[in-house]
Amino acid sequence: MKTIVGLEIHVQLSTATKLFCGCSTDYRDDEPNTHCCPVCLALPGALPRLNKRAVEYGLRVAKALDMKVLEESEFARKNYFYPDLPKAYQITQYDKPLAVEGTVEIEDDEGHEKIVRITRVHLEEDPGRLVHVAGGSKYSLVDYNRSGIPLLEIVTEPDMRSPQEARRFLNKLRTVLEYLGVFDGEREGGLRVDANISLEGSERVEVKNISSYKGVEKALTFEVTRQKNLLRRGQRVTRETRHFMEGRGITTSSRSKEEEHDYRYFPEPDLRPLRVADWVAAIDLPELPTARKNRFMTQYGISLNHARTLTGDPKLADFYEAVAHVDPVLAATWVADTLLGELNYRDMGIAAVPVERIAELLALLRSETITDTAGVQVLREMLDTCAAGKPCEPPAMIVEREGLARATGDEFTQVVEKVIAANPHAVEDYRAGKKGALNFLVGQVMKETRGRADPRELGKIVSEYIDTGGV
Amino acid sequence: MITESDIEHIAELADIGISKDEVPEFTTQFNAILDYFEVLDTVEGESAPDAGIVNVFRDDEPRPCLSQEKTLENAGSTENGFIKAPRVM
Amino acid sequence: MAGTLEFSPDDRYNAFITTCRQAPFSDGALAGTAVAVKDNISTKGIQTTCASKILEGYVPPYDAYVVELLRQAGAAIVGKTNMDEFGMGTTTETSAFGPTQNPADPSRVPGGSSGGSAAAVAAGLVPMALGTDTGGSIRCPAAFCGIVGLKPTYGRVSRYGLIAYANSLEQIGPMAQTVEDVSKLMSVIARYDPRDSTMIDRPYDHRPSAEIKGLRVGIPEEYFGEGVDPRVAESVRDAVGILEGLGAETVPVSIPGMRHALAAYYVICTSEASSNLARFDGVRYGPAVDTRKSWHEAYQDLRQELFGAEVRRRIMLGTFALSAGYAGKYYAKAQIARRNIREDFERAFCDADVIAGPTMPTTAFRLGERSDPISMYLSDILTAPANLAGIPAISVPCSTVDGLPVGLQIMGRQFEDERVVDAAFAYEQEVRA
Repeated sequence: MKTIVGLEIHVQLSTATKLFCGCSTDYRDDEPNTHCCPVCLALPGALPRLNKRAVEYGLRVAKALDMKVLEESEFARKNYFYPDLPKAYQITQYDKPLAVEGTVEIEDDEGHEKIVRITRVHLEEDPGRLVHVAGGSKYSLVDYNRSGIPLLEIVTEPDMRSPQEARRFLNKLRTVLEYLGVFDGEREGGLRVDANISLEGSERVEVKNISSYKGVEKALTFEVTRQKNLLRRGQRVTRETRHFMEGRGITTSSRSKEEEHDYRYFPEPDLRPLRVADWVAAIDLPELPTARKNRFMTQYGISLNHARTLTGDPKLADFYEAVAHVDPVLAATWVADTLLGELNYRDMGIAAVPVERIAELLALLRSETITDTAGVQVLREMLDTCAAGKPCEPPAMIVEREGLARATGDEFTQVVEKVIAANPHAVEDYRAGKKGALNFLVGQVMKETRGRADPRELGKIVSEYIDTGGV
Repeated sequence: MITESDIEHIAELADIGISKDEVPEFTTQFNAILDYFEVLDTVEGESAPDAGIVNVFRDDEPRPCLSQEKTLENAGSTENGFIKAPRVM
Repeated sequence: MAGTLEFSPDDRYNAFITTCRQAPFSDGALAGTAVAVKDNISTKGIQTTCASKILEGYVPPYDAYVVELLRQAGAAIVGKTNMDEFGMGTTTETSAFGPTQNPADPSRVPGGSSGGSAAAVAAGLVPMALGTDTGGSIRCPAAFCGIVGLKPTYGRVSRYGLIAYANSLEQIGPMAQTVEDVSKLMSVIARYDPRDSTMIDRPYDHRPSAEIKGLRVGIPEEYFGEGVDPRVAESVRDAVGILEGLGAETVPVSIPGMRHALAAYYVICTSEASSNLARFDGVRYGPAVDTRKSWHEAYQDLRQELFGAEVRRRIMLGTFALSAGYAGKYYAKAQIARRNIREDFERAFCDADVIAGPTMPTTAFRLGERSDPISMYLSDILTAPANLAGIPAISVPCSTVDGLPVGLQIMGRQFEDERVVDAAFAYEQEVRA
């Protein structure tokens, strides 16, 4: 049974001010109702004024997604009552959106490239925020700080075939938006998704209110199972709107009344039309993820997987490029695998990591001054220091202080001799052909040298030592 | 012809209460007005894009906001800096 | 020169909703001049109600741009004038604060919706006032009360702070006893304001001139036909004769789209109003909504109780005209009709420099006379076309019928407000001389 998914994504654009007034969008951690003016409060008599940068950001996205920008586009009023919507209409775009017909390339479930078509993008304003008072209060509380934040709504064709494809699409889209510098990925609720999902031949269900891109796969997976179960039991899927309950990972049916909305759209008489199609040519797009990924593979000779991971976040890609000069392949492994893993573990962002220090660490690894194992220890120590907000020591100092330099010469020989002497049984087992015994002995040496020896090299030395009966 | 139930539906869409005894009068008035509007059926011509100025913008530069006190000043009821509204079920 | 103006008028005609007994003023072109402001124009610190219970007690935290300009010019803002609720009426009888009476005959309406401003000027309480004109709301009361009122070209005066009724049609404009004062007030308020995106930067800096030799005055047959009181038509023809005597020449013109004008006007203004007035929900301003009720019920009860019948009727009409299945028949057709009318005027203005006709089809009604909506709507037939076309139009008193004032309306090309002012000035100077 084919799964058919289409998405509507609302992206908060990272402008300094709201879409129709000069109130600052940077209200995080601020008191409620402190980023408001007559316009975004819908005081009588106030008039909207369009933020030019929001239009430019919209056009940047349109160009990056290879869309057709309409000769003339205009704003319209979408009329409905809701306590978070101060004007009782949302200024949005209806039959004349900013741009139509674009594409995004993703990987399908078999790992092949596929195209997801973009239907349209348009600008609109965010409503205020409702806070529901706990304890059975009969009223809601409204904060208008968010009222008027610029949103770009991106609508896709129903081109995705699984919840996983939908996730990959969103990841890709998010990366593109971050590359374009129009979206702040770290902003909570900065990307919200409504998903349309149907099983081929069945009615379509709209899942609303998915406020994280990770939630989309969850919500859709739940829906696929729910809809398949219905059909299996011989029931029908009803065409309806459902809400995603992020915490419980399920969707629930919302009142059908919402589907009876009659929005009475008409052109916003307080704003003038846009004629901006000819601005597109002058827009200088940055290198986008796909192009950058391809360049990384050819320029640095790194694997597809590493290139994909590194270009998945523009800041990570920039970081990589800043340290690649030490040794591009070594740097790719360390940044994409080790560093990223350690950052995720600490819930740290790449921005907090000092480029120079990592370059120095890579140089120590490249010159074989330290082993990989010691390198991980040094890295952890550096990240812990950064996470604690302290200045990060040069890795060479950590190596020195902790005595983590690769063990060589006499020190090395002494440890091997000591371990062999202390483990006669294991030596016997090895001589009797038990290969596992060698690993044990190597492990003991590693332990003694705290990772300062290279395990592969060590295996060779230990076996030679036993085989020849001495150094 | 607009019926009394149409009137009730329109009132609902407009979020305007209408009492039972007002409905017949509103319905009669509506129909008289809509009769007059019938003349629009004889309008000829195609809709065309609005002529006039285009591309009116503001620069993305922050301007002072109202103080929280001013924002809340005209509200009927507030709590901890929020404005109270009826609850959505 | 700066100070405070004591203002305690004998408001026997109920022209004011709010008066400011101590009105501060400063230096400037209008230094110390008492100016009344219609109560749908936001005044910082002064209650602004639109003559509606739903805004009772609302004190704007900001000034409309025109009010800012008045203050800068030194004017003393002495009060907020009565009007039809939200501008929805032609008589000032739909005010929640009671009707205004016509100083020319207190048994009659002053016209509307800027009836309070017109009455305040006509009664001599203030020399000047601001009105607003969506479909004739400055010109109608000017004509009925025997004063001068100008509806400027759409986009010439900032709407910032004007509480919207029908955004695409309305303008704030000056009202006064004389054309000269109207022109003076216009030159204060017609300044570019980037906060109104529909504005064009064409400030008005003009002193009226009575020289109209060679002016081509278009006479549209539609303005003298059916529905127009023949005595009103006659007195306006006489007025046109005076213009001819001053060297103007008359040319017949035609506005065939007039037959659709009123329906188009009412569809557009009610559609926009239905959206504009949706924000009045008792949450952020106005008498508080009952937050113990469920929200739809709470809004519906509040809006039923605090909006008057005409406002509710127009909101519902507009809601209907935009609703699914009807928008094509009403809203879309009205837009086409509007464009046709605009083009009719453009054609007419190829042959004529200004167009003249009566402002209103009749003289002022008796209070309570026009109770059914349609008959009231029909009285806007001669004024609404200028709003649909966005052109300037002035009403200047010309004689009387049965002792009641009649207004001569002069319309001009877009942004030729100066020319209609000059034509009106020439007429006024001639008849007052």
